[in-house]
Amino acid sequence: MSDTIIKVDDLSKRYFVGHQSKRDPYSALRDVIAREAANFFRKTIDIVRGRQVVQGDEIEEFWALKDVSFEVKQGEVVGIIGRNGAGKSTLLKILSRITEPTTGRVELKGRVASLLEVGTGFHPELTGRENIYLNGAILGMKQSEIRKKFDEIITFAEVERFLDTPVKRYSSGMYVRLAFAVAAHLEPEILLVDEVLAVGDASFQEKCLGKIKHVAAGGRTVLFVSHNMSAVLQLTQRAILLSQGRVEFVGAPSEVVEQYIQGGRIRDATTFDVRTAKRDYEGTDAVRILSLRFDRAIPRFGFLEPIHYIIRIRASRTVDRIRAGMTVFARDGSPLGNGFSREIHGMVAGEERELALTLASIGLAPGSYFCGVSVGAGSHRTSNVDYDVVLNTLFFEVLPEMTTSGTMAEWHQTWGSISFPELAIEPIPTRS
Amino acid sequence: MTESTIIEPGRQERYYWAELRRYHELFLVLARRDLSVRYKQTVIGTMWAWIRPLLTMVVFTIIFGRVAGLPSDGSVPYALMVFAGMLPWTFFSSGLAEASGSLVNNANLISKVYFPRLIVPLATIVVAFVDFLISFFILLGLLVWYQFLPGWQILFLPLFLILAVFASIGPSLWVTALNLRYRDFRYIIPFIVQFGLYVSPVGFSSNVIDEKWRLIYSLNPMVGVIDGFRWCIFGDNSKLHMPGLLASIGVVLFFLWFGIRQFRSMEKGFADLI
Repeated sequence: MSDTIIKVDDLSKRYFVGHQSKRDPYSALRDVIAREAANFFRKTIDIVRGRQVVQGDEIEEFWALKDVSFEVKQGEVVGIIGRNGAGKSTLLKILSRITEPTTGRVELKGRVASLLEVGTGFHPELTGRENIYLNGAILGMKQSEIRKKFDEIITFAEVERFLDTPVKRYSSGMYVRLAFAVAAHLEPEILLVDEVLAVGDASFQEKCLGKIKHVAAGGRTVLFVSHNMSAVLQLTQRAILLSQGRVEFVGAPSEVVEQYIQGGRIRDATTFDVRTAKRDYEGTDAVRILSLRFDRAIPRFGFLEPIHYIIRIRASRTVDRIRAGMTVFARDGSPLGNGFSREIHGMVAGEERELALTLASIGLAPGSYFCGVSVGAGSHRTSNVDYDVVLNTLFFEVLPEMTTSGTMAEWHQTWGSISFPELAIEPIPTRS
Repeated sequence: MTESTIIEPGRQERYYWAELRRYHELFLVLARRDLSVRYKQTVIGTMWAWIRPLLTMVVFTIIFGRVAGLPSDGSVPYALMVFAGMLPWTFFSSGLAEASGSLVNNANLISKVYFPRLIVPLATIVVAFVDFLISFFILLGLLVWYQFLPGWQILFLPLFLILAVFASIGPSLWVTALNLRYRDFRYIIPFIVQFGLYVSPVGFSSNVIDEKWRLIYSLNPMVGVIDGFRWCIFGDNSKLHMPGLLASIGVVLFFLWFGIRQFRSMEKGFADLI
């Protein structure tokens, strides 16, 4: 019977946000004085009352967390997911005792180590060796502990050659490897990890995931905040969905992730407004793309699900034919593939229209992608003309494949971005 | 046996001082970091620790000793008296200046890692103390140069050293916590330090102060520290003014208590304000 190791009761955290009131371009001196005097009096009263002094004309209350409650048992690995601004990092900060809650209570049984950032406290002037001891001490390891694990840490980081050079000379990859190597050798009872896997190249991320898996397997309790659904599904046994500071859903990782993507459909679609955006490639501009949007608010697609999106275009000149084209890019910017639609009848000058486009399932692997979209005439097979090209748009995510038994298929980052159809295999009969 | 940690708004760490002891290694690591970083960047770094007080001594001797014609303590050479006063003063002022910015400079730690925040300003005071020790050896050199042998009073020097440390810690903690919230202090501190240099008996001996002003003058905590220092080194040449000394000690202890109290009460909000 494992007992509760983290107990969170009605946790709330409030911040004050200042707003600048609208400044008239021709404001009278009288108005300026009145506004500054009002600000000055408010700030003075805040100082006297011991409250926080906030810059701005109007102050708004912002609850980063509101009435958050949950329990974590010993040895559990729990994922915390949510959109940006949901309160995930604030929750970890409070659990790490870096900031105080406004109301509520937390009880933690055991030594806590927090990985809120990779390379905390690294000083650029100190060497790699010195920084290992510094960073380890900051993370809570004893100097004797660090000395014992020193060789392991260097081997994990693969920086033996540069151990005695100041860290400011390291490449960003080496820096991040060294930082994670130290953190990876922590042995706390409770480990809080905040999206530190967002940095580094694919093989490094593999290493990090592997290490966290190892820590979890060792019976430690891990609280893991991430945007990487694949990692959450791989590592965690339970997940918590936070939305605008509140706990929206707690349950099995697959269910919570599903809830996360569903959550968007009800609200308005996220639109990429490129009406006035600068173009990297100039087309003939006969037809211009005004905006692009997916068919859902949260751009997350299931494995093998076709990608639907809608573009709104306006013609400045009459054109006979229109076709759309799109290129899909992996997260690191490398292009994965390109495709064109068939040609449809054109538009009259001044006409505005919406086109629905679908990219059939091509086996995109779980991960993050973005697109470049064009409208024009022709294709790579016939003479190609681009009316307008928009790059760095339509960011979306593909979720991992779910097996029939409800578990989630693993995808290694080193396998690339396309999941090929099943290979045909035939044993060749041996001659006897 | 694992201890339970409870996080609640307004809860004072019951085991704050025990926690400080648990983090003593981090304290040493931070102090070592500040020291090695300072001396890594420059060639002249170590020298600066004693060039500054030596040069100030020369200037003060000329201005206060020759031009103004102020008397020295007993038969002590003016330059020596000034240097002996410069030591605790430099320790106090550099401790105050470094500590007041220490929290802001370590913002990346404060916003990402938990540890008793008291460690950060205390670590900077250690750095100031190392500078003090270096200058102290120069002082010993000067004593040899002027062929001056200290009396039995020198045995009390460690006590006044502790007083100097306390005098540094108190105001430093208070100002550090205030500076985090109201960054104006970044500009106020250098001014206070400059002002203090002339109000404290660094360039002159306390004996030139009129009797009727002596007590109020002694409310400056550094008066007791510097006078005490001089008494330890120069013996009966530097007479100790007991009421003044006690007033100074009282102010030092008050600021020590007040500084720690203010720091601890503001500590919980540091990560939000930094």
